[in-house]
Amino acid sequence: MFSFLNRRRTKDTLKDRLEMVLAYDRAKIAPGKVDALRQDLLEVVKKYFPAEGSSIEVEQRGDTVVLVANIPLEEMQKDATKPQ
Amino acid sequence: MNAKVIVVTSGKGGVGKTTTTANIGAALAKLGEKTVVIDVDVGLRNLDVVMGLESRVVFDLIDVIEGKCRLQQALIRDKRVENLYLLPASQTRDKDALDPEIFKTAVQQLLDEEGFDRILIDSPAGIESGFRTAAAPAQGALVVVNPEVSSVRDADRIIGLLEAQQVTEINLVINRLRPKMVASGNMLSEADVLEILGIKPIGIIPEDEGILVSTNVGEPAVLGKTVAGMAFMDTARRLRGENIPFPKLEEDNGFMGRLRRLFGGK
Repeated sequence: MFSFLNRRRTKDTLKDRLEMVLAYDRAKIAPGKVDALRQDLLEVVKKYFPAEGSSIEVEQRGDTVVLVANIPLEEMQKDATKPQ
Repeated sequence: MNAKVIVVTSGKGGVGKTTTTANIGAALAKLGEKTVVIDVDVGLRNLDVVMGLESRVVFDLIDVIEGKCRLQQALIRDKRVENLYLLPASQTRDKDALDPEIFKTAVQQLLDEEGFDRILIDSPAGIESGFRTAAAPAQGALVVVNPEVSSVRDADRIIGLLEAQQVTEINLVINRLRPKMVASGNMLSEADVLEILGIKPIGIIPEDEGILVSTNVGEPAVLGKTVAGMAFMDTARRLRGENIPFPKLEEDNGFMGRLRRLFGGK
């Protein structure tokens, strides 16, 4: 499990995990609940856009914790130019 | 140990309670016992991150107790090990939100309704209400101790308090032992700890960088091949009544040492 390459990167894994867990702690919301919220929001978004590559994340920006929805428009353009 | 409900405690903070809970829990599950590890450190939960299950927390112990969800909904199943579950603590409440008697009822429910073979309770540091609540449902205890002055002193105090709370099966886990320092006479040996505390250790875990690496990525060390991981696995086997001799500990520096352990280290 801990190969030579892996061993150098565990610190980066830890930083990512800590950033995520602290964002949720500060927002006082359980990560699993945001997961459910993400699913629900994506369901709604999909009704209006063919938004395959969309993501919804909790992020820390300076002192505030924000919910970020990322709905790429390229996907839609690609869809629109597809021959029918 | 006959006790199905075991509290993992130490008095002193930072000696490895949470790491011990995660690893013994994962080891017991690997050995086939349906196991749940419970975080009772309300307000300062960490068992979720040590086990790498933090992103899957939806409900917690306090939600269960306040009737906001069913017990089953708060249980997180570990996908890496069959039979392993986590019941997380609340991060937004404080220790007063958990009443010992109500906690006892919830633990009983885990035994009766969910059919768990073993329940490990990760106690908060200290000897106050948090510790007393954690110990309330337990018949057994794993006292985690580092071979240094303040930890041994606190362990002795906690052993007295456990006995007063009718916790009858008390076992010692010596954590972070440094064989080289023991050999040079600059660290207490297992025999010294036994002499001082009067309790035989059920596990001796050497200081191991592999523990930090495994917690970095959120994977209990018993799932990998570290020296400490193997020592935790041996501890779990002894806990189940197997007669596992203590291996001769040596510093984990050289390649040869690791090789030797790989082939004959059991």
